[in-house]
Amino acid sequence: MKPETLLYPTPKGLYCEKGGFYIDPVQPVERALITHGHADHARAGHSHVMATRETLDIMRIRYGDAFCTSTQEAILGARTPIGDITASFHPAGHVLGSAQIAVEANGTRIVVSGDYKRRRDPTCLAFEPVPCDVFITEATFGLPVFHHPDDRGEIAKLLTSLKQFPERAHLVGAYSLGKAQRIIALMREAGYDAPIFIHGALARLCDYYESEGIGLGDLRPATIDASDKQSFAGAVVVGPPSAFADKWARRFPDPVPIFASGWMLVRQRAKQRGVELPMIISDHSDWPELIATIGEIKPGEVWVTHGREEALVRWCQLQGIAARPLHLVGYDDEGE
Amino acid sequence: MRAFAELLDRLVLTPQRNAKIKLMTDYFRAAPDPDRGYALAAIAGTLTLKTVKPNVLRQLVLERMDEVLFRYSYDYVGDLAETISLVWEPPAESKTTTGDLSLGTVVHQLETAGRTNVHGLVRDLLDQLEGSSRFAFLKLITGGLRIGVSARLVKQALANLGNVDITEIETLWHGLSMPYVPLFQWLDGKADKPELDMPAIFHAVMLATPVGDNDLASLDPKDFAAEWKWDGIRVQLANLAGTRRLYSRSGDDISGAFPDILEAADFEGIIDGELLVGGTMRTNRATRAFSDLQQRLNRKTVTRKMLEEYPAFIRGYDLLFSGGRDMRPENFLTRRAALSALIEKAAPSHFDLSPLVPFSSWEELDRLRKDPPDPVIEGIMLKRLDSPYTSGRSKGPWFKWKREPYNVDAVLMYAQRGHGKRSSYYSDFTFGVWTKDDGKDVLVPVGKAYFGFTDAELEVLDRYVRNNTVERFGPVRSIRAEAGHGFVVEVAFEGINVSSRHKSGVAMRFPRISRLRTDKLPQDADRLETLLAMIGQPETNLAQPGEPI
Repeated sequence: MKPETLLYPTPKGLYCEKGGFYIDPVQPVERALITHGHADHARAGHSHVMATRETLDIMRIRYGDAFCTSTQEAILGARTPIGDITASFHPAGHVLGSAQIAVEANGTRIVVSGDYKRRRDPTCLAFEPVPCDVFITEATFGLPVFHHPDDRGEIAKLLTSLKQFPERAHLVGAYSLGKAQRIIALMREAGYDAPIFIHGALARLCDYYESEGIGLGDLRPATIDASDKQSFAGAVVVGPPSAFADKWARRFPDPVPIFASGWMLVRQRAKQRGVELPMIISDHSDWPELIATIGEIKPGEVWVTHGREEALVRWCQLQGIAARPLHLVGYDDEGE
Repeated sequence: MRAFAELLDRLVLTPQRNAKIKLMTDYFRAAPDPDRGYALAAIAGTLTLKTVKPNVLRQLVLERMDEVLFRYSYDYVGDLAETISLVWEPPAESKTTTGDLSLGTVVHQLETAGRTNVHGLVRDLLDQLEGSSRFAFLKLITGGLRIGVSARLVKQALANLGNVDITEIETLWHGLSMPYVPLFQWLDGKADKPELDMPAIFHAVMLATPVGDNDLASLDPKDFAAEWKWDGIRVQLANLAGTRRLYSRSGDDISGAFPDILEAADFEGIIDGELLVGGTMRTNRATRAFSDLQQRLNRKTVTRKMLEEYPAFIRGYDLLFSGGRDMRPENFLTRRAALSALIEKAAPSHFDLSPLVPFSSWEELDRLRKDPPDPVIEGIMLKRLDSPYTSGRSKGPWFKWKREPYNVDAVLMYAQRGHGKRSSYYSDFTFGVWTKDDGKDVLVPVGKAYFGFTDAELEVLDRYVRNNTVERFGPVRSIRAEAGHGFVVEVAFEGINVSSRHKSGVAMRFPRISRLRTDKLPQDADRLETLLAMIGQPETNLAQPGEPI
C-alpha cells in the first residue's frame, strides 16, 4: 500500500487510519502510541496509551496515575496487531524508555524514529536500526554545522572549571528527563564522587532512574537555609535551565551558569543566554549521525520532521534518496 | 592549539574581570613556550599574521560542500569563521591525526609559507585541527579575534602569574616582542628581569585619588597647585634616541592613530599630558569635546581628512624625562618649570601647557570647580608642590576633584538580567524621558545603566521588574511605564553629547542610577528638552580659560 495512506500528519499529530491511533499526538485522542516521555511527545489526557514500560512509568510520575484511562505495555521487538496493522517498538537511544515505532501493513513498513541519537549513553538502550520502506527522522540538529563533540571532553570542561573556581557554585542547566541523569552518570564515570545537588523538579525522575538500576551516586536536594550560602561553594547543582534565571538561583555563591545542550555548539546561542560554560551534550543525533543512520537503514524514502527539515531533505536529494519534509506541529527544540 | 582555543571560548563567555584574569593566568602557567607567547600576542593584539580573505575561505569550504547546504548553515550561524569551523570535515583518511597541533607550529607554518602556498596550507591546517581549534585558527587568520579582553587585563594576568606589580609589566611591555620568552622565564622565576635596549619605553603613570569627604580639612592650600582636569585621554609621549611613541594611560601604543602628534614632537624626552582635539591655547582656538576626540581613538591608521577635521594636540601636565635625564625624583615645581620651557619651544599647534588655577582657599577652589570656564573641563586636579613623580595611585600627592555630575529623573523602560552574581537579577536598565511625538507625550529611551544602586535597592528594582513586566524579548523585559504608573530613578552622568545612533539623539557618558525616586510618578520625570539643553556646544563656544601663570 502507499505509505502516505498508512501514516499521515493531522493537526492532532501523525495518524494511522487503519490502526485507529496517533503517534505522539499533541492533543488528547482515543488511542495514542508514545515514543518517549518528554512532555511535547507524551501528553496527558489520552484514553488509551501504548508505550514502553519505562515511558508509561515516566508519564505516571509526571502526570499522576490518571494520565490516561488504560495503558498497554509495549515489549521491545514484539509485534502487536492493532486494527489492520502491526506495530512494534525498538530502542531509539534518546532517553530511558525511548523507542522508535514501526508500523506495518500489506508489506509496507514505516519507522517513526521519534527523537534518537547514535552515541553511547549509560542511561538508556542504544538505537537499533530497523529496515523499512519509509524512515521518519527527526531533524532537531539537521544542519551540517552540528558536530557534537565527545561528551567526555565536555564533562572534563566542567571538572576543570570546578578546580579553577572552587569558590563558585557550578549550576548545570539540563532537561529534567534524560539529560540531567545522563550528565550525572557521565560525571560519575569520570570519577567525580562528591555529592551532586539537584533541583526539586529532578528528584522523582532521578529516584526512578536509580530504581531502574542506573546508579547516580550521592544526590542531595539543593535546598538549604539562606544563612549557609557558602556550603555550595565548588558544588555542582543540576536543575532545569529555566530555574537558573529564576530567583531560585540566588541561594548560590557567585554561580557559574552552565547549560548542557546541543545548541551550545553555536557561540552566539551561549552568549545570548548568559551561559559561561557551555556543555555541548545532546540527546539528539548530530548531522553525521543523521546521515549515517539514513545511509545504514537505506529506506526507500525519508520523511523529515521537527527541526531543520530543508537541509536534510537537500542532502537526501543529493544522494538520490527520495525525501520530503513532514510538517508536524507542536514539538519543541531541545531545551528551549 | 586546543588549550588556547578553550581559553578563547571561555574568555568570550566570561563577563567577570577577575574570572577572566584567572583563566589567563592558569593558561600561561600551564602552556609551554613559545605557545603561550603567541597566545599572549593574539590576546594583546600584537600578533600579526598574514590575513586570509573571507572569499578564499568560502572557496575552500565549497570545494568540499554543497553550496545550498553551506548557505543554510551560514544563515543559521551568522558568522563566517564559526560556520566554516563547524561544517568543516577532514577527508576520511586524515581523521587519524597525530594529536594536537601546537599554536607555535601553526604560527610558524603561517609565517614561513609563501604567498602562493597559503591556500593549501590553510586547507591542511583546517584538516588537522578540530572543532574549537579550527575556530580559533580561523579567527587568527581573519584578524577577527574579539574576546573582550583589554591589553591591561592580560597584563594583570601576567602580573599575577609572576606575583609582580602590573606597572613592571607595563614598563617592559613595549621593549619586548613575540613570543615573549624572556618575559615568561622571568615571571616563572627562572631568569632575571629582561633588560631593555629600547629607550622610548612606557613608564607607569602617576594617578590621583578622588577627594573624599574630609580629605581637604587637614590639608593646607599653600602646599598644593591646582590645574583643570581636561576631558580627553591621559597620554605619555616619548621621543628618545630617534624613537617616538605615544602611549595611553595603561601603556597601549596608540602611535598609529596620531601621526600628527608624533611628527610635531621635535623635543627629546618623555612628557605626560592630556590628548585633546581642537586648537591649543597658544593658537587661541577652542578645545573640543570628548566626542570629537573619540573620532580619532581606536584606529590603527587615520585619513588625511580625519587629521584636518579632528586635529589632535597634547596639553602638557608633567615631565618624566628631559632629554635622557630622569626628572621623576624632582618636585612638582621643578618638573613644571622644565616642562614649561620645553613646551615654549615646541610646536604651538600641537603642544600647550595645562594652566594652573590660582586659589587661596578650598572654598574658592570649590566655587571654581562648580563653574569651570570651559565645557571640556571635568574638574580640578590638586598636586602637592613637593611631590616627586611616582607611578601608580597612592593617596596624598595628587587628588582629583570632579565637577558635580549631571542629574535627571528618568523612567525605567526595559530591564535585562545581569551576569555572574547578578544572573538571576534584572540589573541592566534602559531608562527614558518624555518627549512629544505626534502631539502626544511618549517616553523615549536615553540611556542604559547597570550600577549605582545598592544591593538592597537592586532587590527593589528586580521585584518591580518581575511584577510589572509588559512583554518579554528573550532576556529583555519591557516594563510598565505610563504617566501614572512606573518606576522613576535619578540618573547621574558625567556628560551628554549629540548622537545620531540613538533614537533620542543624545548619548550620556558614564550614566548610573544614583537614587530610586519611589516618591515620584513617571509624569514627574524629566523631558528630553532638559537633556538637550545640557549639551555643551564646544565647537562654537570660544570661551578661553585663564592664561597660564
